[in-house]
Amino acid sequence: MQIGMAHFLVLSAILFTLGVFGIFLNRRNVIIILMSIELILLSVTINLVTFSSYLHDLTGQVFSMFILTVAAAEAAIGLAVLVSFFRNKSSIAVEDISSLKG
Amino acid sequence: MIEAVFFYVFATVLVLSAIGVITARNPVHSVLFLILAFFNAAGLFVMLGAEFIAMIMVIVYVGAVAVLFLFVVMMLDINFAELRKGMMKHAPVGALVGFALLAEFTWMFKSWSPSSAALNGVAQPIPDQAAISNTHALGEILYTQYVYLFQISGLILLVAMVGAITLTLRRRPDSRRQSVAGQISRRPEDVLKVEKITSGTGVF
Repeated sequence: MQIGMAHFLVLSAILFTLGVFGIFLNRRNVIIILMSIELILLSVTINLVTFSSYLHDLTGQVFSMFILTVAAAEAAIGLAVLVSFFRNKSSIAVEDISSLKG
Repeated sequence: MIEAVFFYVFATVLVLSAIGVITARNPVHSVLFLILAFFNAAGLFVMLGAEFIAMIMVIVYVGAVAVLFLFVVMMLDINFAELRKGMMKHAPVGALVGFALLAEFTWMFKSWSPSSAALNGVAQPIPDQAAISNTHALGEILYTQYVYLFQISGLILLVAMVGAITLTLRRRPDSRRQSVAGQISRRPEDVLKVEKITSGTGVF
């Protein structure tokens, strides 16, 4: 049985869907939402590497490295915002993050 | 055959651990499931011939990002049971959106095939793996063709680092920090006074 491009692409689609579903499921918990975003980015990386491998083009792997960089930066900033928010409000529930609404 | 076995093992564990990430009761378990997901994705990348991305995945994601998540989850005293209330309320909408998304993706990927233009217009062909390793080939184009993007990604990391530090740094009034500027700018004439004392009299 041959494993083709479609197998990997469908796998990354399943991962992406699970990430989106995770955001819906854990609407109050910012930490799980950040982890769901990591899952979505992982699925995008799988997509890029799959195209790179099956089209014999190295560019996809270079760009998946850039996605990794951005994902790491996003996780660091997001968690820093979370920590300073928790210090001020003693809560991380998403509906409490509404101070700017006035 | 062996390729299919490996693919299905990695893919199954990856999907199951992704489900674990979004449904685990304890967020520490969520982070551990996330680590498992990254390991399995690294296995898939090795199967695809992208060894360098696989190793970066393990080092950066498991070694840095997941540990960062673990730190934050364990450091903050959060009532997670309270946060899980009303979780099932949003599940039907999420499931609806998820199924629609998955159906569209699957339908698209099943009926899609690369055009001949895409196959012929390869920007950076992958060299023979026996002659040049994946890491070597990536380095050869990353530091030449994509050097500006590489520098910009370094800048993004720098900005993220500075941002994370400024967001979390706080000056506590009760801590006894060393005041370096105050110590250096201290001059002898401000704090020392030389008194001429004649014998037989006191200073005061």
